[in-house]
Amino acid sequence: MITQMLRVAAITPLSSYVTRFRFEHPEGAALPVFSGGAHVVVEMPDGAVLRRNSYSLISDPVDSSGYEIAVRREDAGRGGSRYMHSRLRLGDLLRVTVPVNLFSLDLRAKRHLMIAGGIGITPFLAQLKQIARLHAPFELHYAVRSRDEAAALPLLPDLPQVHLHVSDEGNRMDLGAVLAGQPLGTHVYTCGPEGLIDAVAETAARLGWPKGALHSEAFLSPPPGAPFDVTLARSGRKITVGPHQSLLEALEAAGVQPDWSCRGGACGRCETAVIRCDGHIEHHDHWLNDAEKASQTRIMPCVSRFSGADLALDL
Amino acid sequence: MTLRFNDETFRGDYTFRNSPQAVRRFPFPFDQDSYMYSVNLELHKGGRAGSVFENRFDVDEHYVAEMRDREITLAEDPLRCQSLPHMELAGWDFLELVMTTKAEDYPDLFTLHRDGDRWHWINRPLNIEQRFTFLDATTLPCGPMEYITRQTQGDHALLDQRDGNLWMDAGMITSQADWSLDFDIGMNFFEWHAPVPKAHEMGVFQRALKFLLNLQQGAPVRRLNWTMTVNPRLDTSPENYHKWGPEKRTITPGNVGEKQFLRVELQTLWRLPRSNAIAFPIRCYLCSLEDIVTVPKWGRRLHRVLRDLPEELATYKGFAVNRPMIVDYLAQFDDGAETSPGIFPD
Ligand code: HEM
Ligand code: FES
Repeated sequence: MITQMLRVAAITPLSSYVTRFRFEHPEGAALPVFSGGAHVVVEMPDGAVLRRNSYSLISDPVDSSGYEIAVRREDAGRGGSRYMHSRLRLGDLLRVTVPVNLFSLDLRAKRHLMIAGGIGITPFLAQLKQIARLHAPFELHYAVRSRDEAAALPLLPDLPQVHLHVSDEGNRMDLGAVLAGQPLGTHVYTCGPEGLIDAVAETAARLGWPKGALHSEAFLSPPPGAPFDVTLARSGRKITVGPHQSLLEALEAAGVQPDWSCRGGACGRCETAVIRCDGHIEHHDHWLNDAEKASQTRIMPCVSRFSGADLALDL
Repeated sequence: MTLRFNDETFRGDYTFRNSPQAVRRFPFPFDQDSYMYSVNLELHKGGRAGSVFENRFDVDEHYVAEMRDREITLAEDPLRCQSLPHMELAGWDFLELVMTTKAEDYPDLFTLHRDGDRWHWINRPLNIEQRFTFLDATTLPCGPMEYITRQTQGDHALLDQRDGNLWMDAGMITSQADWSLDFDIGMNFFEWHAPVPKAHEMGVFQRALKFLLNLQQGAPVRRLNWTMTVNPRLDTSPENYHKWGPEKRTITPGNVGEKQFLRVELQTLWRLPRSNAIAFPIRCYLCSLEDIVTVPKWGRRLHRVLRDLPEELATYKGFAVNRPMIVDYLAQFDDGAETSPGIFPD
C-alpha cells in the first residue's frame, strides 16, 4: 500500500462517542483527490503494537487540502478507536494510505438512495458532496437509535432530501416505504450493521429491485474471539493470535507481510491458502463464496479466525 | 534526447520505419525462451533510461504519424471512439492524468498551465494550443476522452468498476489486434476476454481481475502482450479485416523478414481518482523480423518461442498460416547459444 505521513490538523468531538479527525500534509502539499465512498487505512503505533484501521473519508473528495474521518469510540473494541480518541494529539504524525474505494457511486444511476445506520453514515458524507457536484437527484435516510447517536447530523446538508430516523423517539425507519415508489433507475446504497444491509436486500428483493441496483458496505472491524494457534507451513513456525488481535495483525507482528488493502474482509487481497485444517474456520469476510468457505481451503486473515486443533497456512 | 518525428504511413504504401535507436528500445516481450499466458503484472514505476518504460506515457518518433493514422481511421468509422454517458468524469480524470504527466515528463514537448479550473494546454509536436475549463465539456471541441486520446499514442479503454467487475464503458480503439470496441462496449472483464484460449482455465483472468479491483491510485501497473502482424498496420480491426486479412497471404520466404512484424503492446493500468474508473492504455510497438534479428539475443529467442508456441495460441493470434515460414526464417539466426535472462539486449 502506498502511504503518506500526515499531520493531525484538527480534532473535533461530534458527539459523546464520535470524534472527527483532520489530516493534512506536513508541508501543505496537495493530497490526492478521491471519489465518494473511499476509505483510508490509518496506522497507529500503539506501544509495541502497530494497529491499522480502515476509515471512510468524510471530507469533500476534490478538496486536496486535507482528509477527514469520523471515528466512533468502541470501548469494548480492539484499541484502535481508543487510541485515536485518547492518545492522538494535534500535530502528531501518522501514516495514512492513499484512498481506495470499494463503495463507489454507480454513476449510471438516475437517482441515488442512501441508507445509513449509525456510524455507517460516514461514506455518504463524501458521496453527498460528489452528488451535489454531479447535480444528481438523491435521497438520504439516516437511522439511529438515539439523537445522541446522530453524530453526523451537523455535517449533513439542511435539505428536504435528508431524513433522520430516531428509533427512541418512535420514528423508526420504514424500509418498505423508503424502497417502494422509487423511480426506475434508482440505485440504493446501504452502509451500517449487517442486519440493516440484510434487511435492505430482503425488502428490495420483495419489491422486485434488480440486484445490480443494490450496493452495500458493512464496516467490518476484525471481530475479537478466543485465542488460537497457527502454523506457517513454509517455515514450520507456530504463532498465537490473541483475543483482540486479528490473524493478519499476528502475522505482521511475527514479521510476515501478507498482502492487504481493506483490512475489512471486502477486497480479497489478503486471501491465503490453507494447507491443513483440523477444526473450524470462522469466516467473517465478504470475499469468499459459500462453497469456498465450506471447503476450508482459503482464509482471509484480516477478519477471520479459527477454532480447533490445527491450522496450517501457505505462508 | 531530442525527438525527430517520422513522416510515415501505417497503410497503403506502408512507409513506417524504425530508426536504429527505436529498434534498440523496442519492448521485446519475452524474458525466456518460451511463452505462456500468466498474470504478468508489475508496477509501472519507471524503468531503464531510454527504454519505453522510462516515462509514464512513452512518446517516440512515431507520435505524429500515429496520430495522423488515428484521424484517418476515425473519419472512416466514428464508432472507434465511444463513451457511455456515465463515463465523462473518467474522461476528465484521464485527460488530467495524461496532461499532467506528459507536461512533467516531456517539458520541451508539452506544457500545462493551471489556474484553478482554467487550464491552458500546449502540445508542440501536434501544434495544438487549447484553453478550456476543467470539467466543463462545452469548452473542448469534443469530449475529454476523445480530446486527449487524439493526442496520445496507443488505444485507450476506460473501465467502470462496479458489482465486483470492470466494464468496458468507454474507449478510443483504432490500433487494435483484431477486436472491436463497438462489439465489446458495455461488456465486463470476463465477457470481453471470452475468446482468449487457455487463460480462463488457468485462472489467469480471475486473479488478474482481483488484483485490478484493488488497484491503487498512484501505483499504476503494466504488462506486455504481443501478436504478429503482416505489414506495419495499426488498424488491424475486425471491421477492416477485408483490408488486412488477405495481406497475410502475401508473405513469401523472400519477403518475410521485411513484411512480418512482431507487434507488442505495452499495457498500463491506472486507477482514476474522481471516477474510481480504471484507464487502460494499450500502446502498440511494431518491429519487423529483420530489425529484431539485429539483436542476436532477440533473434535466437524469438525463434524458440514461436517454434514451441502451443498451436491454440498461434491460431488465436492469427499467424498459424505463416508460422512455418516465420520459424524457418528465424532459424537462420539461432545458433543454439544460451540466452541471458530478461528482455533487454546483451
Ligand atoms: C482491464 C483492462 C483490460 C482490457 C480492457 C483488456 C482487453 C482485452 C481484449 C479486448 C482482448 C482481446 C480479446 C479478443 O480476442 O476479442 C484481450 C486479450 C487478452 N488479455 Fe486483456 N484486457 C485487460 C486486462 C488484462 C489483464 C490485466 C490481463 C492479465 C493477465 C489480460 C490478459 C489478456 C490475454 C492473455 C489476452 C490474449 C492476448 C493474446 O494472446 O494476444 N488482460 N484483452
Ligand atoms: S485485506 Fe481486504 S479482504 Fe483482507
